Amino acid sequence: MKTTDSFGRPLVAVTGMGVVTSLGQGKKDNWRALTGGQSGIHPITRFPTDHLATTISGMVDFLPESSRGASALTFALADSAAEEAIGEAGFSTSDFGGPLFLAAPPVELDWHNRLRLYAQSDRANGWRSLIEAARKASERALFDESQFAAIADRLAEKYGTRGLPITLSTACASGATAIQLGTEAIRRGECERALAIGADGSATAEALIRFSLLSALSTQNERPEKASKPFSKDRDGFVLAEGSGALVLESLENALARGAEILGIIRGCGEKADDFHRTRSKPDGSPAIAAVRAALSDAGMSEDEIGYVNAHGTSTPENDKMEHLSLSTVFGERMRTIPISSNKSMIGHTLSAAGAVEAVFSILTMRENTIPPTINYENPDPAIELDVVPNVKREAEVASVLSNSFGFGGQNTCLVMAREAG
Amino acid sequence: MNPTDVLITGIGVVSSLGLGADAHWQALTRREPMPALDLERFSPYIVHPLPEIDWSTQIPKRGDQRQMETWQRLGTYTAGLALEDAGIKDDEALCASMDMIIAAGGGERDVAVDQAILDASLTRNDNDVLLNEKLTTELRPTLFLAQLSNLLAGNISIVHKVTGSSRTFMGEDGAGVSAIETAAARIRSGQSAHLLVGAAFQTEHPDMLLAYELGGYLQREKWSPVWQRNKDLGGGVITGSGAAFLVLESREHAEKRGRTPYAAIGPVASGRARRKDTDLQKDLAAMLAPLQQDVRPVLAISGASGAHAPTAAERAALESAGAVVRGFNTLTGHLKEAQFPFAVALAALAVRHGQAYPAFDPSSEKPFESAPKAALATAIGYDCFEGMGLIVEA
Repeated sequence: MKTTDSFGRPLVAVTGMGVVTSLGQGKKDNWRALTGGQSGIHPITRFPTDHLATTISGMVDFLPESSRGASALTFALADSAAEEAIGEAGFSTSDFGGPLFLAAPPVELDWHNRLRLYAQSDRANGWRSLIEAARKASERALFDESQFAAIADRLAEKYGTRGLPITLSTACASGATAIQLGTEAIRRGECERALAIGADGSATAEALIRFSLLSALSTQNERPEKASKPFSKDRDGFVLAEGSGALVLESLENALARGAEILGIIRGCGEKADDFHRTRSKPDGSPAIAAVRAALSDAGMSEDEIGYVNAHGTSTPENDKMEHLSLSTVFGERMRTIPISSNKSMIGHTLSAAGAVEAVFSILTMRENTIPPTINYENPDPAIELDVVPNVKREAEVASVLSNSFGFGGQNTCLVMAREAG
Repeated sequence: MNPTDVLITGIGVVSSLGLGADAHWQALTRREPMPALDLERFSPYIVHPLPEIDWSTQIPKRGDQRQMETWQRLGTYTAGLALEDAGIKDDEALCASMDMIIAAGGGERDVAVDQAILDASLTRNDNDVLLNEKLTTELRPTLFLAQLSNLLAGNISIVHKVTGSSRTFMGEDGAGVSAIETAAARIRSGQSAHLLVGAAFQTEHPDMLLAYELGGYLQREKWSPVWQRNKDLGGGVITGSGAAFLVLESREHAEKRGRTPYAAIGPVASGRARRKDTDLQKDLAAMLAPLQQDVRPVLAISGASGAHAPTAAERAALESAGAVVRGFNTLTGHLKEAQFPFAVALAALAVRHGQAYPAFDPSSEKPFESAPKAALATAIGYDCFEGMGLIVEA
């Protein structure tokens, strides 16, 4: 089997995957729920919802760390997915031996800790009192919570990844960027394998309020499982969610030599930044179009080789319209017949984790010959003519997938994955 | 000489010392460079404050300025300086194909809103409801975007039209190291032809100081040079506001445009020492060894933070290797994510001018008489992660 791509670069295989979403922990539970058209969206119980316009989410509430703040939960989510992925790949879970690329949310001192410190202070001098209380408390855990390096540092320590771990954010495209960075490092010959993780446990009250103030969230609280309805006419925003996805990336040559099972191939990655607006995309869709084309070109593949699109599909009025426009531009008339579905209809938008979570599901889609549905597709948007695999899963041979990730700040990243090396 | 050598063709730097590469060269080569300090505003903490900046020279639209807080303005402004210096600014085609790697933390929170919540919390026992009540009514919607780590890059795309790609690395000093290391690796491997890389840090905000002091890292009350921080006054770090952006190009790309480079980026090394269990000085010596050239002494532009243990370990490692150190945090304060980009920028200026900086702290730093053909840049994180790179003549 050839182990380099059409550009002579090492092909990059996926040899291990792990995932956690509101649907459950691990690939097995997630895949069963996802193909069963089950929603993980539920009423918020982690904090009171008084005064909030949105009272539902896809939070991960079943881990011991679920109530211990964003940093603790983000670590726990990454940890769980990493352990599953490295275990499947058959590498040591204490001496992985390749670099770590972690997509994670920006961190901040948790409000509960901020309030606790202030209550301990003399309160006479505002923020000065708070800082003084912080210094006197001298709690390493609180310091870690404020450090952007801390989560990756802990993961690197636990799994024995190599070198300085990279934590990154490209907003809602972060998970895809982590995979891209790992893929590029292997292509440059810097490493034989890399661990790419997207993890996000940052659904705090403040995070919810911030997105809410930007009118980004669905307020269809009455029936939580129905709120995320990508490509539907009555979609009104995304559903904030948590989760993690981890992938062991490995040069195909190395994976074959050690007899590892090849779960899929990362064929191409493409990106293009948008300079139009901080939260809205350029009306002509040109950056998203360029990102899709860049991914295809990086994969050395043509448009007609894509068999399925794992949509960004957030269920915001803007994204779904834009995604349709850009895909129709790239794929032309054929776009009406290429199956496309949004995992977010069931798991919500896992933000920094989304690109990685959805890459795991994309590869499972190819391996299991089953396309997960877009649920809640009861009221199609007539302006969006797509085969969204409505409401029920579909058995189908899928040889290659395009997975889209678009984010605030003009971030557009697309991945092309395939079953075979091509 | 290789067509994919990594050349530095544009430098943008801002600190309390001034605006731009020339202003910094002038300020830092004075016989006795003086720090600019603000001893009052954040007392007992001392900061090296931003100089006065007319944002509109790099961010012409008022609307764009309003969408950002100082951290993003500072980064966007300094990125503009680097692009201008490289002759790329306003070249639509070059900007549209330019890759970008930013090292970033988070932006500024609203101090008034946060304080109002803290104050109200003392008279109530339903803090979670209080948070909802205050945050839903008092947060400015756009403030979220001014806080998001990747929105510095986003604003650079909007203001300067750099849109080839956009990646933001997070993680304090180490993020700056990874940004430069990855950028250089991309150019060397042909993945990028030209690239904007850099970071900004705005320390003049209580939360920025809080993050250090949660770990007891700051020095209080008195200023002293970075090598002479006092354990009785705290953890040793004095912070500053500043930013550093570089335009990197492959030799081939720079030559085609007829640009004269400042210097080239040679080998870059990075690591994650297990500081609790191992001897950091030994780890740094091992990292340094393959970067060393035969010429002695080596000029080392050190991003030592002042944090007691790593600063002592770095100094010992550098001096054992025959390096003459220049700890620029004496004059700029600790610039967090911008430490390594700033160190690389200062190293490149010294190589370009063929002249070393005079001692920033004459009682701790030795003279360097010869003309440096190379300079080492370091950023040993105040808490974790380490990196260094050799900047050589182009």
